[in-house]
Amino acid sequence: MTDSSSPTTPDAVRQQAAAADNRRRRKARPASRQWRRRGLMAAYIVFVLLPIYWLLNMSFQSNTEILGGLTLWPDDFTIEHYAKILTESSWYMGYINSITYVVMNMFISIAVALPAAYAFSRYQFIGDKHLFFWLLTNLMAPPAVFLLPYFQLYYTVGLFDTHVAVALAHCLFNIPLAVWILEGFMSGVPKEIDETAFIDGYSFPKFFVKIFIPMISSGIGVTLFFLFMFSWVELLLASTLTSTNAQPIASVMTQTKGASGIDWGALAAAGTLTILPGIVVVYFVRNHIAKGFALGRT
Amino acid sequence: MNKVYNNRAWWLILPMLLLVAFSAIIPLMTVVNYSVQDVFDAHTRFFTGTEWFSEMLNNPELQSALLRQFAFSLTVLAIEVPLGIGIALIMPKKGWQASAVLILVTMPLLIPWNVVGSIWQIFTRGDIGLMGWSLRELGYGYNITSSPVDAWATIILMDVWHWTPLIALLCYSGLRSIPDAYYQAARIDRASKWSVFRYIQLPKLTNVLVIGVLLRFMHSFMIYAEPFVLTGGGPGSSTTFLSQSLTTMAIGQQDLGPSAAFSLIYFLIILLVTWVFYTAIMNMQKDNNKEA
Amino acid sequence: MEWMVWTTPTTVFFAVIAVLLACMTTWELVSPTIERKGFLPISTTRGDRFFIGLLSSAYIHLIVVGFTPLSIWLALGASVVWCLILMRWG
Repeated sequence: MTDSSSPTTPDAVRQQAAAADNRRRRKARPASRQWRRRGLMAAYIVFVLLPIYWLLNMSFQSNTEILGGLTLWPDDFTIEHYAKILTESSWYMGYINSITYVVMNMFISIAVALPAAYAFSRYQFIGDKHLFFWLLTNLMAPPAVFLLPYFQLYYTVGLFDTHVAVALAHCLFNIPLAVWILEGFMSGVPKEIDETAFIDGYSFPKFFVKIFIPMISSGIGVTLFFLFMFSWVELLLASTLTSTNAQPIASVMTQTKGASGIDWGALAAAGTLTILPGIVVVYFVRNHIAKGFALGRT
Repeated sequence: MNKVYNNRAWWLILPMLLLVAFSAIIPLMTVVNYSVQDVFDAHTRFFTGTEWFSEMLNNPELQSALLRQFAFSLTVLAIEVPLGIGIALIMPKKGWQASAVLILVTMPLLIPWNVVGSIWQIFTRGDIGLMGWSLRELGYGYNITSSPVDAWATIILMDVWHWTPLIALLCYSGLRSIPDAYYQAARIDRASKWSVFRYIQLPKLTNVLVIGVLLRFMHSFMIYAEPFVLTGGGPGSSTTFLSQSLTTMAIGQQDLGPSAAFSLIYFLIILLVTWVFYTAIMNMQKDNNKEA
Repeated sequence: MEWMVWTTPTTVFFAVIAVLLACMTTWELVSPTIERKGFLPISTTRGDRFFIGLLSSAYIHLIVVGFTPLSIWLALGASVVWCLILMRWG
């Protein structure tokens, strides 16, 4: 007992041991392992970026340069393809249409999924497990199966070629996904919070909006990200349910196949522009994702 | 969490149920109706009974498409799940690098599926694509329009590129939700890296992995746009997967009856696989909870 | 409704499914199920057995229709018997 700062409580012992262990570890850990880790990560990122770099490279080249030979960097830097896309309404309306139905779908899905997920996370009721499984089966319904009936259905109710039609159709897989993700987050909130709020005289709607939703805000952020993702990338339903007024960018892009072959430059530029909204969305939710979430029913 | 038994919860479910039922049940009923008839239009149609079903079940083309489909789905799962977990483990955890890597890794997920096809089409072409050109310069006669092996390898590579981020993203989030105290305890116990992974990280990842694997299985089973753009199903029919056979039949040839029958068979297969998987996982979790 | 091209057999099929679901719900309300383990490898509730019964019946029908010359009525009979066994002892 020479050291006057000897720990006295078990907790303190543990902390000191951890600190000492940490010091030892930091010294002992070979720097090479750190570098191997970074190297692997860098290799994967290069793999992810290579095809995108190629797309970007091509979008700044003129068509003669693209077909003339392989150049790793645009020799003859041009923004003609972007200028064309951003000035011709047939092109840029595609983006506006896509974003419109994606945003509509996000609103509809989250609005109906929030109460449903709350019910699944807090109550038992007749058929709850089977209902939950049935919801999941909708995630896997191949759109190809539903194409024709959808076309007929929306044509009959007069929604064909509107943004609402696509937004509703994407609900098929987005609502179940939203319920699934939100339910995991809601199960993480202790039930005592609900009970205390009700004792304090909150009505259910008021409690839900004022207390509960702020508590799971990062869950909502993550859910919105996934909703955006799956609605934005889907094209089979979107292009079947629309013709001209609500045509998504994905099907506008097929225009690039002209009589004189494919307009590679325009295709590459249009492709590049479809990546941008996604990057914006990830940027907004990055902190929620980095904060961590463990999904699923527990 | 012990839940309260209350059937009034159905009122909270109702709006969602109506919306999903509108998008799911009405079309499904229509598909069932199509499948027992030869439909020319709403007024000209003949009842055929189970004829389409037996025809589709005995169609060799569809049988081989189904086998290809399973081979494809299992291959990509076997590559993407371990790779995704690995990436999640080495992703930086703090600072600007964490955000930057997160955004870069997630990028492929947010590209429309046919654009993914286009990107890889551009990337792998022998004349103007970086990968195709490089492979040829290295002396390998890479050609996805004539060699089935090249076409398969390219589609799998594309799928790995496209979807590994989903597994990585989910696992990364799962890992971030583990409190630091767990790692500290492991450090005190001098736990090896492997046992940290096996006993701390992997159990926390089960839930996200269930979601990840289910989503990946379902999506890989209905893959359509990417191979359609990249290879058009060729060479021959070596990369024609189920969705594409189905769409060609339904839209291209207007054979509503057979394609509906085929859709239902397809649906039953996925339903069975998913149910088995889901039940197995749920039971595993129940057993774990009992032990805990 | 015209575009949904209804036929008598499919109408009957969906009606039967709907009635069965309604019956299962009523039964559940009258006497709630108890999870138990029968000859199936997992413990099941009544609703689980009902679902397993329906799914396996679908496969029985597919096998009979696709790979045997037997009549579909035989498949239907076999499925009903199988479902009853499943509900009672599964």
